Amino acid sequence: MFRNQYDNDVTVWSPQGRLHQVEYAMEAVKQGSATVGVKSTSHAVLVALKRASSELAAHQKKIMPIDEHIAVSISGLTADARVLSRFMRTECLNEHFSHNQTLSLNKLMERVGTKMQVATQRYDKRPYGVGLLLAGYDEDGPHVYQTCPSANYYDCKAMAIGARSQSARTYLERHLDEFSAATREELIRHALRALRDTLPNDVELTNKNCSIAVVGKGENLNIYDDDDVNPYLEGLDQEERRGGAGTSRDAPAAAEGEGDGEEGSSAPPPPPSDDQPSGDAMETD
Amino acid sequence: MRMVATRPTTMSFSPYADNGGTTVAIAGDDFVMVASDTRLPRGFNIYTRDQSKVFGLTTKTMLASTGCWADVLTLNKVLQARLTMYSHEHHDVMSTTAIAQLLSTMLYWKRFFPYYVSNILAGLDEEGKGVVYHYDPVGHMEKLTFSAAGASVAQIQPLLDNQIEAKNIKDGKPPKMTKELAHQLIHDSFVSAAERDINTGDGVIIYTITKDGTTEETVKLRRD
Repeated sequence: MFRNQYDNDVTVWSPQGRLHQVEYAMEAVKQGSATVGVKSTSHAVLVALKRASSELAAHQKKIMPIDEHIAVSISGLTADARVLSRFMRTECLNEHFSHNQTLSLNKLMERVGTKMQVATQRYDKRPYGVGLLLAGYDEDGPHVYQTCPSANYYDCKAMAIGARSQSARTYLERHLDEFSAATREELIRHALRALRDTLPNDVELTNKNCSIAVVGKGENLNIYDDDDVNPYLEGLDQEERRGGAGTSRDAPAAAEGEGDGEEGSSAPPPPPSDDQPSGDAMETD
Repeated sequence: MRMVATRPTTMSFSPYADNGGTTVAIAGDDFVMVASDTRLPRGFNIYTRDQSKVFGLTTKTMLASTGCWADVLTLNKVLQARLTMYSHEHHDVMSTTAIAQLLSTMLYWKRFFPYYVSNILAGLDEEGKGVVYHYDPVGHMEKLTFSAAGASVAQIQPLLDNQIEAKNIKDGKPPKMTKELAHQLIHDSFVSAAERDINTGDGVIIYTITKDGTTEETVKLRRD
């Protein structure tokens, strides 16, 4: 991964036409803990794995409310995420003040994208080292958006970012067709199962390390933490894990029903890499 | 007809309009009642007979504003935005006392082009007691147990002073404030004001805030 000559400045292209600084920034997103977003025809859901930097510290908040109809989940440099969140909040507030309406997500993403792009084309700035998953509900229905330090943003049916998120994405790909018609509770369950797949086998989702955000038709944003998460986690640890990338050879029919015996932990879980950031690394969560 | 020489006159634009309206608030030990008339006039004309001047801010706090309606609306919008910003930062809803102070500073920021608005902030404080704050257009703030503001303030305030605090009565004793007494005083104040003041009338809307929530009631007033 050593590309020394052209990677010191975000304003310098490599001969292959790449901006290495931007790509390095995307690595920061992969260091943050996982978060998953899914949507149905009526709701959009975010779940996030909260990380505690030590036993003494509280678990870092991952989901921030932006407006009554939008929540954002972060992965990467928390400080950068807060700056972007504050920007999004003021954009939404200004829309209420000036136009008496809620800001639709496509408009918000355009503004966030434009803001992030500036940092990829100036010698005196650096790219935002954070990936965002936005869940929102506006006049066009529910949305899940993903942003990258590259300033690209993607309208998604479902997405997962952060450490070991590939396992979650595999779950999402396998169950994609079930999301549209899912009820609110089923949708949250899917998101939690996807998030669970990013965990090592001996670690479970608890009300301490898990956050849930829901928004949808007839429902303003609700964010659940601590005890409020309990009803959604009930029974989840009893379910068999569908497994991540390793179980792709299993019959697709395994997608139905809870714990229907079809399983076998045929593939070993991905080796648990070090979950804690090193002491003097940037605060990525 | 002879032309008489007159002094030169000037016409000028005023950024302010007087849209009348009257508000009253009365606080008790565990409730606060805040009311406004529903007439929105300008001069001898009526824009509408059905405009409440009381704005809900939180479950525990309401703001009653009269004066220049453009400024009332804008002040309220800006205040709503500030409330949202506070709750984003503090993960909690603003308390009545915090809003009271914020409103005072917001008004003074425009000391040299003021919001032409008379405000009464009414709500429950952190202990659940009813509290009323009265403001002038540039943010002077007073914590009180009852207050009137707006077009008919001169008619209503002395009535309340007399009936609630037994002012100007020889050996007068103030009564205990109850919801029934507050309601009766508000009702009678507005009916009396509507008799004498052209800017007040059409209807009254009365809100009662308690720890269990807010109730709303409308009373008809004379429409002339």
